[in-house]
Amino acid sequence: MTQNSPLRPQPRFPEPDTEPFWEATKNRELKYQTCNSCSEVIFYPRAHCPSCGSLETSWNTSKGDGAVYTYSVILQSRHPAFKDLGPYALAYVDLDEGFRIMSNIVNVADPVNDISCGMRVKLNWHDQGEGEIALPMFEPA
Amino acid sequence: MSQRREAAIVGIHEYPLRVAPGVSSLQIKAASAAKALSDAGLNWQDVDAVYDTGTHQNIGGLGISEYLGLKPDLIDTTSVGGSSYEFQANHAATMIASGKANVALLTYGSTAHSDRRAIGTGGATGQGSPTPFNNMEDPWGMTLISNYGMVKARHMHQYGTTDEQFANISVATRYHAMRNPEAVKAMTDLEFVGVNEITTQDVMDSRLIAWPLHLLECCMVSDGGGAVVIASKEVAANCTKKPVWIIGGGEATKYRENGGDITVSAGAQSGPRAFADAGVTPDEIDILMAYDSFSITVMCMIEDLGFCSKGEGGDYVSSGILKFDQSGGPALNTDGGGLSSNHPGERGIFLLLESARQLRGESTAQVNDAKLAVAVGNGGQLGSRHSTSATILAAD
Ligand SMILES: [Zn+2]
Repeated sequence: MTQNSPLRPQPRFPEPDTEPFWEATKNRELKYQTCNSCSEVIFYPRAHCPSCGSLETSWNTSKGDGAVYTYSVILQSRHPAFKDLGPYALAYVDLDEGFRIMSNIVNVADPVNDISCGMRVKLNWHDQGEGEIALPMFEPA
Repeated sequence: MSQRREAAIVGIHEYPLRVAPGVSSLQIKAASAAKALSDAGLNWQDVDAVYDTGTHQNIGGLGISEYLGLKPDLIDTTSVGGSSYEFQANHAATMIASGKANVALLTYGSTAHSDRRAIGTGGATGQGSPTPFNNMEDPWGMTLISNYGMVKARHMHQYGTTDEQFANISVATRYHAMRNPEAVKAMTDLEFVGVNEITTQDVMDSRLIAWPLHLLECCMVSDGGGAVVIASKEVAANCTKKPVWIIGGGEATKYRENGGDITVSAGAQSGPRAFADAGVTPDEIDILMAYDSFSITVMCMIEDLGFCSKGEGGDYVSSGILKFDQSGGPALNTDGGGLSSNHPGERGIFLLLESARQLRGESTAQVNDAKLAVAVGNGGQLGSRHSTSATILAAD
C-alpha cells in the first residue's frame, strides 16, 4: 500500500463531529471520547454521548494497541485510489481502550492468510502530505 | 390466537426486465403500479395511501404522488435501504387496520444496471455533504461487498462456519432461479457465466471479490422494480385474486458498536417481534424470503429469526431443506433471489411479491399448499448500520 495516495478519499470538512479526531492525527495522536456522565467510550466521535445523550464528553488519547475484530480482503475495487493496489485488508480493530475503528491492516505479505480475527495489532500512521491529516492504520504487533 | 385478517396484499407486479435501457425508475414504478392495480381488480384512483422511499430521481413522497397522479390521504417515505418495503408493508397494514387508509400502493423502480452503478465495488463517491460516517469510513477503501465480507469472516471465525456451508445458499437460490423464466432471462441479459444450476464447488471456485465472499455469493446489479397493493379486508373481499394477509411485522436497526457482535443482525430483534405479533413460530413457515444481497445476509436472517440457533446456520443450510421440493424447513427465495433473479439495489419489494405468489399458488417453484411466508428485508450494510424488517404473510 502506498504511503501517499493522492486519490485516496480524505475526510472532508466542515464536519464538526470528527474534525477534532482528524486534527489530532496531524500530531499522530489517536483520539477517542468518553462520556462525563455515564463513562461509556464513544466512537466514532460525536458531540453527544450515544448511550445517554449527555453533551459533556472528554477527549482521550489511545495507545494504539488492539486486536483485529474482523477483516475482509478486497480483491476488486473500482475506486481509482484502490483499484490497482492489489489485495488490501479492510478491518475493524478493537482498541484496548474499548473502541472499535474501521481501518486497514498493512505490512502483511498475504492478507488473507497472514491476518486473523483476534490477532494483536499496533498503530501504523500513514501521512497524507505536509501539514495534512494522517491515516491511522494497523500492522501486526 | 387466531391470525389477523385486517389487511392483505391484493395486487402484485414485478417489472419483468432486469436490463431496461431507456426507461426511467419513475416509469418502472408507474407501469408496475398500473399492472398491480389491474391484478387486484382495482382502479388507479382507488389508491388512498402512497408508500415509496422517494429516493430515486430525488423527488420524495410528494413528487412520486404527483407523478403518479394520486392525491393520497397518507404518504410514507420510510427509507432504510433494501428493507424499506417490509417496513412500509408493516406500516400500511397497521394504518389500514386502524382505518386511516383502504388501498395502499407500494412502488419501487431502479435503473442501477443501466446507470452502470458499481454498487458492490465502487467504494466512496466523495459526493454530498461531509458526514461523520463518510469521514470515518471512506479513507479505508471499503467496498459494500467487503463490509459484508467482514461479517462472513467473523461468522467463520466465531462459529467455524465453512465456505462450503455458505455456498449452499447460492445453490438453493440458483436451483429456484432456473425454474423462473424471468430469472433465466435476467441472468442471460446480465451475461452470467453459466446460466445453469450450480454446485457448492462452483461457488467456492468462483473468483473472490472481497475475501471471504466469492462472486457467486454476491447479488446481481440489475434494473427493475415492482408494485404491491395492500388493501383492507372490505376491499380485499371484492378483489380479483385471493388475499394474502399481513399477519405480523417487526422492525429494528443495528449499528457498528464498540464491543458489538457483528454476526448478530437487527433481525434478532425484529424477527421475534414479528413472530410474536403474528402469533406463529418459525417452524410453521413454508416460505422464507430472506434478503440475499450476499450469502452471509441469508445466514444471519436464518439464525436471527430463529430458524436455528445462532451459529448453527452452517449445518442448517447444508441439509438441503432450503429447496422448494424438500421438506424439513422453509423454501428459500423461490424466485431465485437477489443472487440469481433480481437486485436493482433495494430488493425488499420482491420478497413481498414472491411471498404473495407462493401463497396464491403462482410461483415457478411452487411449494405445495404454502400457507405461511416470512419476508425479511435487510437494508443498509450488514457490517455497519443496517435495518432488518420482517413481514409475516398468510393464505386462508
Ligand atoms: Zn453517556
